[in-house]
Amino acid sequence: MSLRVRDLRSGYRQGEVLHGVDLDVDRGRALALLGRNGAGKSTLLLTLMGLVRPTGGSVRLDGRELAGARTDQIARAGVALVPQGRRIWPTVTVREHLVLANRRGGGGRAWTIDGVLDLFPGLAVRRRHVGWQLSGGEQQMLAMARSLLTGPSVILLDEPSEGLAPAAVDQVASAVRTVIDGGVAVLLVEHDLHLAFAVADSVAVLARGAVVHQVDTAAFRRDPDTAHRLLGVAT
Amino acid sequence: MANWVDIGVIAVLNGLAIGLLLFVVAVGLSLVFGMMDVLNLAHGAVFVAGAYVAWWVVGGSPTWTGWLAALGVALAVGALAGGGLLLMTGPLARRSHLEQALLTLGVALVVAELLSLAFGEDVRSVSPPPGLGGTVSVLGNAYPAYRLLLIALGAGLAVAAHVVVERTPLGALVRATVADRDMVAAVGIDARLVRAGVFVVGSMLATTAGVLGSPIYSPRPGLDSTILILALVVVVIGGLGSVRGALVAALLIGQIESTGRALLSDLASFLLFGSLAIVLALRPRGLFAGAIGGQH
Repeated sequence: MSLRVRDLRSGYRQGEVLHGVDLDVDRGRALALLGRNGAGKSTLLLTLMGLVRPTGGSVRLDGRELAGARTDQIARAGVALVPQGRRIWPTVTVREHLVLANRRGGGGRAWTIDGVLDLFPGLAVRRRHVGWQLSGGEQQMLAMARSLLTGPSVILLDEPSEGLAPAAVDQVASAVRTVIDGGVAVLLVEHDLHLAFAVADSVAVLARGAVVHQVDTAAFRRDPDTAHRLLGVAT
Repeated sequence: MANWVDIGVIAVLNGLAIGLLLFVVAVGLSLVFGMMDVLNLAHGAVFVAGAYVAWWVVGGSPTWTGWLAALGVALAVGALAGGGLLLMTGPLARRSHLEQALLTLGVALVVAELLSLAFGEDVRSVSPPPGLGGTVSVLGNAYPAYRLLLIALGAGLAVAAHVVVERTPLGALVRATVADRDMVAAVGIDARLVRAGVFVVGSMLATTAGVLGSPIYSPRPGLDSTILILALVVVVIGGLGSVRGALVAALLIGQIESTGRALLSDLASFLLFGSLAIVLALRPRGLFAGAIGGQH
């Protein structure tokens, strides 16, 4: 068991968004979090990272309670975020991104700067460029490399394929699989169901701030009626 | 004709001295605002506190020991002032700019009043260090020796600030925190330490500038708002959180201030705020905001 979320509640000034989320992600496994727009997927990832304060419930990583901790403490405990929109630092070079993130966290496999540059060779040639000079695909690679260098046991990935060309999506998918095989637990929010099914072992559907359905990816794909009812899309 | 050239040389040198001094004051203000979203309107009062330290320690009988002691005391005062302001603005971190502005403006008024009580209402002149009170010849013009030292020191501080912020891992951390402090926390760095460090160093730079600038800007009541307004203009023109922007804007404002006063003294304030209006009309986020990106 790695990440264990129970009855997690959080929201913003305007009101509660998550009304008691339960889910588990094991090391070396990936859970795809699906749901319509506004279901609370991004809020869930931000809450797990401590960037939105939980108002109730529990987040345990290998038994250690993280709900209510500061973001930097959560990161050092072994949770990393690849946020929606990548949020790389526009005035910081690729090399400096990697140096700043390097070995701040703990718990997971110790990635090195050379290791992540092997995983994302495109970044190596852009070492001296600052964030705003990178393409969308390169920014995504950098956001993933930054999260890996913190040494996470859990990675929260929010829409990694958003706005990327198909070749870059393939590269993201293969990198995510490498990360999972390295023993990291992955929680993936993704609109591209091909990518989600390609990397996730199981699927959880979030609706109105709670998990309403959780099954193996294979079972989810065998049951298109349920998928269509929950997501409003054909799978 | 020669007279105009002479005025020109002296005005350019004065502008350089004022501009570099303004950069040292404004860089802390810019980074604190860019990084923490805290508008510190007490920054001018911190500068003036440094200038009064120079008058109190050095006074009218300058020695090198006195000047070095004044710099030491000013650094300590700056660190204390930065720490105090940090503690006061901390609880307002997620509140509106107006609330922060009201708090720091209140602090500025209280500090200015306390300085008046302690040092009086008179203009207090500070003599340059020994041997620098006279003039030297620059292109045939007599020019105050101390101002040349000020230009050299200001240039040194500007280069040091640029190298630290743009070329070191510590500077990368500052740039990252200015751009997106949540993601700094998300890689496991306690961003509060970065913010505290920048706030304290920014205040220490302001008091240092106060000491260095005291022979030019003699400490007196009202100087705090003069300096604050100049620094705010520099920050707005340069773009929030940009060191390079602050340097270019400070050099520009220095020239506008000194050339304007030399040639069109009645219109000097108009030139200052006119240039601010032009920059705001053409580049509302400041000259160097493009490099900061549109993260917020």
